[in-house]
Amino acid sequence: MKRYRHLENVATLAYDREKCVGCGLCATVCPHRIFAVRDGKAEVLDREACMECGACALNCPTAAVTVTPGVGCAQYIIQTWLPGKRGTSCC
Amino acid sequence: MDDLPGYRIEHYVEAFVPSAAGRIPRLRTGPTALDRLGTCRARLGLDRNHYTVNPGLYAVGAPGPDSAVVVTANYKLTFDTVRFALAGRDVWLLVVDTRGINVWCAGGKGTFSAAGVSEQVNKTGLDRVVSHRRLILPQLGANGVRARDLREACGFEAVFGPVRAEDLPRYLDHGIDEAMREVTFTLRERAAVIPVELVLGWKPIVGAFAVAAILSLMGQGFSLAAIWSRWLVAAVGTLLGLFCGSVLFPLLLPRLPRTFSLGGAVLGLAGALALPLLFSHAAWPTLAGAGLWTVVLSSWLGLNFTGSTPYTSPSGVEREMRRAIPVLAACTLLAAILFVAGNFAGGTA
Repeated sequence: MKRYRHLENVATLAYDREKCVGCGLCATVCPHRIFAVRDGKAEVLDREACMECGACALNCPTAAVTVTPGVGCAQYIIQTWLPGKRGTSCC
Repeated sequence: MDDLPGYRIEHYVEAFVPSAAGRIPRLRTGPTALDRLGTCRARLGLDRNHYTVNPGLYAVGAPGPDSAVVVTANYKLTFDTVRFALAGRDVWLLVVDTRGINVWCAGGKGTFSAAGVSEQVNKTGLDRVVSHRRLILPQLGANGVRARDLREACGFEAVFGPVRAEDLPRYLDHGIDEAMREVTFTLRERAAVIPVELVLGWKPIVGAFAVAAILSLMGQGFSLAAIWSRWLVAAVGTLLGLFCGSVLFPLLLPRLPRTFSLGGAVLGLAGALALPLLFSHAAWPTLAGAGLWTVVLSSWLGLNFTGSTPYTSPSGVEREMRRAIPVLAACTLLAAILFVAGNFAGGTA
């Protein structure tokens, strides 16, 4: 997947090393292999690959990893822009 | 075999096996003609939103109390992929009610969740069927399932298995590896979404044909032949845009610029070059207008393809849309003006 990249410096992924307990769930669930655990703490290896699916943040036991989750889908985003159509779907 | 009045056994069930929680349907692990037909229909977008199986517990092979429990969604394309991948194995398959949505999207929507999984665990009496307390969840369901919530809700431990069902046999034998954990977007995976993009995209195309017909009323000469020859240029420009944005774009994605709308525009420009070759008699503003529309349409379809990829973030897509949409809107207007101006200048005789 390394050859697929979209825009840089946009992802809402944030990581607080102080809060990390090193459980490694973020590294397990990330479909873009962004995290690795080294010396008992998670490390963000490749922040720009984040697609904001939210799996890491949902499973992080201490909220050390946070992200605003959502779907990166133009059709869906248009629907959220239109009044009265929130929560409609595209897939 | 186990007929009950008013019930019909689903074609993907081949038998029933006894368990401590009653009889469990045993799945076929090879496709029948009905499965293949259903797959084609779903891939064409014909009944993509109602292609479901009943949620609950199924058996693959002859599983026992120690056998693994694999969890999946009740979208039949997903369900089929999983049961075919498990051919020759003895495992339990727990199907969650995701209203016919795949695991990843259902995770985002909240139906493939700790509550959704534990609902099926409790409903099916899984704790009586198996002696262990482990569920193998698809890794892409982790955006909906918080593992510790699942344990609290039903006492089962969530283990995240591979991203792809095809890797399940290797996973069951050897455990996880890095390759099983990463999403892919291969040529085959990109090609598989082309039919549904084309079929579900028919409305804007019909709209474009209609607008082109109205614009074609304006120009030198009001004969049916003159209107038709003007409309044909715009209609072919539309079809070229559709082909570039919905067929070429997915196939060539890894070689395109990372900005989707730009990649679509580049392909659209290449497609638009066919217009002067096909319509050598048309005035140049007409061709420029139709060609610009080809570029705009291809760019727009490229931007929409973000919804089919497994790597664009909502923040990234929204940023690109805020930049691209004003440009595309202005270009659409310019395309219409050029097209009509060219038709008044003549040359479409």
